[in-house]
Amino acid sequence: MSDAMTDPLLAEIVGPTPGQLLRRRIFGHQGLLIGGTVVALLVLVAIFAPLLAPHDPYAQSLMARMKPPVFLGGTWEHPLGTDHLGRDYLSRLIYGARVSLMIGLVAAVISGLIGSVMGICAGYFGGKVDAVVTFLINVRLAMPVVLVALAVVAILGGSLTVMVSVLGLLLWDRFAVVLRASTRQVREREYVAAAKSIGASTPRILLAEILPNIVNNLIVVVTLEMAHAILLEAALSFLGLGVQPPTPSWGLMVSEGKNMMLFEPWLVMIPGTVLFVLVLGINLMGDGLRDVAAPENRS
Amino acid sequence: MTAPVLELRNVVKTYSVKQGLMGRPKPLTAVKDVSLSLGRSEVLGLVGESGCGKSTLAKILLGLEAPTSGEVLVDGEALGAQDRLKLARRIQPIFQDPYSSLNPRKSIADIISLPLRVHGIGDAASQKQAVREILDVVGLPSRVMNTYPSQMSGGQRQRVAIARALIMKPEIVICDEPTSALDVSVQSQILNLLGELRREFGLTYLFISHNLAVVEHLATRVAVMYLGRIVEEAETGDLFDNPRHPYSRALLKSVLTPEPGLGVPDTQLGMAYPNPINPPSGCAFHPRCPLATELCKTRAPRPVPQDGGFVECHLYDRETEMFEQA
Repeated sequence: MSDAMTDPLLAEIVGPTPGQLLRRRIFGHQGLLIGGTVVALLVLVAIFAPLLAPHDPYAQSLMARMKPPVFLGGTWEHPLGTDHLGRDYLSRLIYGARVSLMIGLVAAVISGLIGSVMGICAGYFGGKVDAVVTFLINVRLAMPVVLVALAVVAILGGSLTVMVSVLGLLLWDRFAVVLRASTRQVREREYVAAAKSIGASTPRILLAEILPNIVNNLIVVVTLEMAHAILLEAALSFLGLGVQPPTPSWGLMVSEGKNMMLFEPWLVMIPGTVLFVLVLGINLMGDGLRDVAAPENRS
Repeated sequence: MTAPVLELRNVVKTYSVKQGLMGRPKPLTAVKDVSLSLGRSEVLGLVGESGCGKSTLAKILLGLEAPTSGEVLVDGEALGAQDRLKLARRIQPIFQDPYSSLNPRKSIADIISLPLRVHGIGDAASQKQAVREILDVVGLPSRVMNTYPSQMSGGQRQRVAIARALIMKPEIVICDEPTSALDVSVQSQILNLLGELRREFGLTYLFISHNLAVVEHLATRVAVMYLGRIVEEAETGDLFDNPRHPYSRALLKSVLTPEPGLGVPDTQLGMAYPNPINPPSGCAFHPRCPLATELCKTRAPRPVPQDGGFVECHLYDRETEMFEQA
């Protein structure tokens, strides 16, 4: 036990700070970089849609209907062609990113808040709280999401606000189930007992000791549910009960293109591909964030 | 013995255990009417088999569980009446498994300074300085401050746990099998460290262990626990030289010797540990006791004072002798 404090040279020998280590982990993770780039690009596109879109996404032109995209022999006037009303497809795609990302983000945040609070409380306190939450989860799981969403939209009418609220209030089940289970697991760890015997308050234990240890599960569920919400919006719009025309939404674009699918397959393929890339990007990012947030689970 | 710093008076802890889906919950008495006292800078070793209630006792002392009845007194004050924060400054734990007792998401500096932050002692700079000092005390270099528990060995982690327990300068440290998860070579380092720290800071330990060699090394007094009862308490030397209770004798006999060819010692305990939900009648130890009599099956023994301790066995009870002769 030598006194290292007195020697200024020895006292300075410290390893990389946690921040430096985190940066190293982020930039060493390919999946996270790819997924993050895709999501970041689409977010930028959504934000700067008015600057990026070459045309007004609502402007119709019956003279320029069903123009093919550039790679199928079209012109640069409409790089991704036009739809059956002569609206520029690229512009509609760019504005559609706003709808998809908005729904994914807001629905995931709403359902994440509801589900996490329920799950963590049930897992940590157990007993009666757990019984009530488990009952609510079971009630929720007994309701088919698409059917309930369809019914609500049919009653209240389809709009972005209604879609987001309905999805946010319906998709919390997975948050609650996953976080309840992982909280129960973490609660038994001795560091929680140690924090209690130090005198830490219950909110502190929940937020500082338990939450950081389940946050990797939370991130995975957030990204899953974001992707889930985006796909559900697309499905509901496809069924005609989601976002109402003429709002540009990727699901709606697939739906509107389906009549012409056999003759002009790109009408369906382009929005479908973008949807696929966004969902893939979100999932890659979620996987990556989990790995980065849980360094001890990797070699 | 000086005035006790820590005293348990007739502490009972009962859990209710569910029996299947339809069954009624049954009571499980983990700690049965235990009285103990610890003097200042004493080390009380608490030994017993797995499941005898040692860890439950530790939880009660740390205020993590409330006793069903009975009292815990710290410096003569009842534990329940004291503020939890006040209690935390006086009693701190060192847990068994250093892989589970350190939050994997926090840096070592964060883990060790948590008590200071919870109690609002000092500012960030002075907390950092305190962490440096305590790291030095437990024999860790200050460069580990920014590392995470996953980057450390078991022995290093246990040193961190000790640092966290000592940073607020508590009087009493509850060591719940602090070495059982470590390698033998690391065990002795940690034990020596605990011994040094006791001398340096005048700490009082309650040292829970099932490893008798460890207890003999460190403890000044030993209490032997069986099925929630303390069956014998004596000075360390006295207990190891002259164990009185048949269970203490069996425990001492069960220690493996390094001599080859000797095989596993026959403790004569034979039968498995009884189910604590249906404890045996009379003396809880009688089904496994080689010296049990008819009386042991029907009447629970009472504590019989011996020099410097007590033993709870009919064999040493004068009244029982008279009862038998009559």
